[in-house]
Amino acid sequence: MSYSVGGRSIFSGLNLSIPRGRITALMGPSGTGKTTLLRLMTGQLKPTSGQILFDGIDVSALKTRELYALRRRMGMLFQNGALLTDMDVFENVAFPLREHTDLPEPLIRNIVLTKLQAVGLRGAARLMPSELSGGMNRRVALARTMATDPEVLIYDEPFTGLDPISMGMIVRLVRHMNNALGITSIVVSHDVKELSELSDTSYIIAGGKVAASGELKDLKGHQSDIVNQFVNGLPDGPVPFHYPAADYYQQLLGTEA
Amino acid sequence: MKLLREVTGNAGDFAATVGGVTLFLGRILGQTPRALLRPSLIIEQVHNTGALSLVIIMTCGLFVGAVLGLQGYNLLLRFGSEDALGTAAALALIRELGPVVTALLFSGRAGTALASEIGLMRATDQLTAMEMMAVDPIRRVVAPRFIGGVIAMPLLTLIFIAIGIFGVQVVGVQMFGVDSANFWSQMRSSVALDDIAEGAIKGVVFGFACSLIAVYEGYTAVPTAEGVGRATTRTVVISAVLTLMLDYMLTAVML
Repeated sequence: MSYSVGGRSIFSGLNLSIPRGRITALMGPSGTGKTTLLRLMTGQLKPTSGQILFDGIDVSALKTRELYALRRRMGMLFQNGALLTDMDVFENVAFPLREHTDLPEPLIRNIVLTKLQAVGLRGAARLMPSELSGGMNRRVALARTMATDPEVLIYDEPFTGLDPISMGMIVRLVRHMNNALGITSIVVSHDVKELSELSDTSYIIAGGKVAASGELKDLKGHQSDIVNQFVNGLPDGPVPFHYPAADYYQQLLGTEA
Repeated sequence: MKLLREVTGNAGDFAATVGGVTLFLGRILGQTPRALLRPSLIIEQVHNTGALSLVIIMTCGLFVGAVLGLQGYNLLLRFGSEDALGTAAALALIRELGPVVTALLFSGRAGTALASEIGLMRATDQLTAMEMMAVDPIRRVVAPRFIGGVIAMPLLTLIFIAIGIFGVQVVGVQMFGVDSANFWSQMRSSVALDDIAEGAIKGVVFGFACSLIAVYEGYTAVPTAEGVGRATTRTVVISAVLTLMLDYMLTAVML
């Protein structure tokens, strides 16, 4: 699959497969287009060439109605939670149920309470999103995503900006959702440590291609410089410390061209 | 040459915006039947755009009416026809001031709220999250707000006119002593159904235009703090200009 925007190539000949029922990590340095890849997978963007197959269906060839039908089989957890700010926690989790089903109110109530219990926030049902901490926010979003029992869960940077306790909770929940419910999980992140505990398979994306794949612990001694730099967190390497600029001394002396 | 390029560039932008708004309107109208199936969402928006604008509409209506009473009385006094105050003020309010001032206030109060709310939902990924939950944001968020605005605006116009006439009456009859019976009877005999129709048509058209501009600007806002701010400003500016332009056209056609 290739994708370019405004003449700039983001992905060229990217090829990867996500195994069913496993946790797959997508990693890469900032700016490699990980979020763009998620948007391509979910049909928010269309690839310039190539195919994106979900259970054998080409996502990019679908009409809006078919795409919406397909999206009911996937759930996506946004980096900031993306809760609807004009509704409380309970209504946020009930939202997809109310939109897609005609379930009677007592049943909706029970489903919502079950999902909130699973993420440990049943007691916060009547709080507004603005009253939640970052970690709680993401757990509510996870409960909302789970409300319609998706087959695939996509996590966009689920650990960013969380304290170690909240991070541990999210790791536990991702693992639990995967183990208990057999959900295929795709985690986009650059937290190498968390992902090495969590993921079954990892892809490292750099330069618009898959730079390495396999189990994360095996990638530590990878021969590729970029993979090595990323997995071991080296400050300088193929991804330079300095943003491209004119010569430092010449610029200080005011003599640069 | 530079001027020519700027003019053609601006004309191109303008054409692109008009095209964008038209397509957007098409999408809203396409989702309207399904949005109408959920009246609770629309009622909530009529409350947000209409009921919450009542205070500003009523206050402004009262003062516009009062000023009209002051100016109208002094003007008519010069011709010795101050008894015609009721007719003159009612016609001015029903045909022009009511719809136009209500539209300007509506875009300032409700239009900006709509644009910034939808723009912030865009900026905080709420609209994308809805799309990912297979919920069309046009149907769930935009259409109810648009329909709510279209319903609320003519009602607000009506209230503005009623309060405005009361303001004229307070100044004309109670302060300056215009004969009350003359005031009301002349108004009743001179205001025709055509006049009320003109006001009503303007109210509906302005409501349609102002609501469309507000939801369009919010939906297409650049998802940053600055982008939402710009969308809000554009909503007020475009709504005001469009209202006055449409007012001229409608008046020319209906006079």
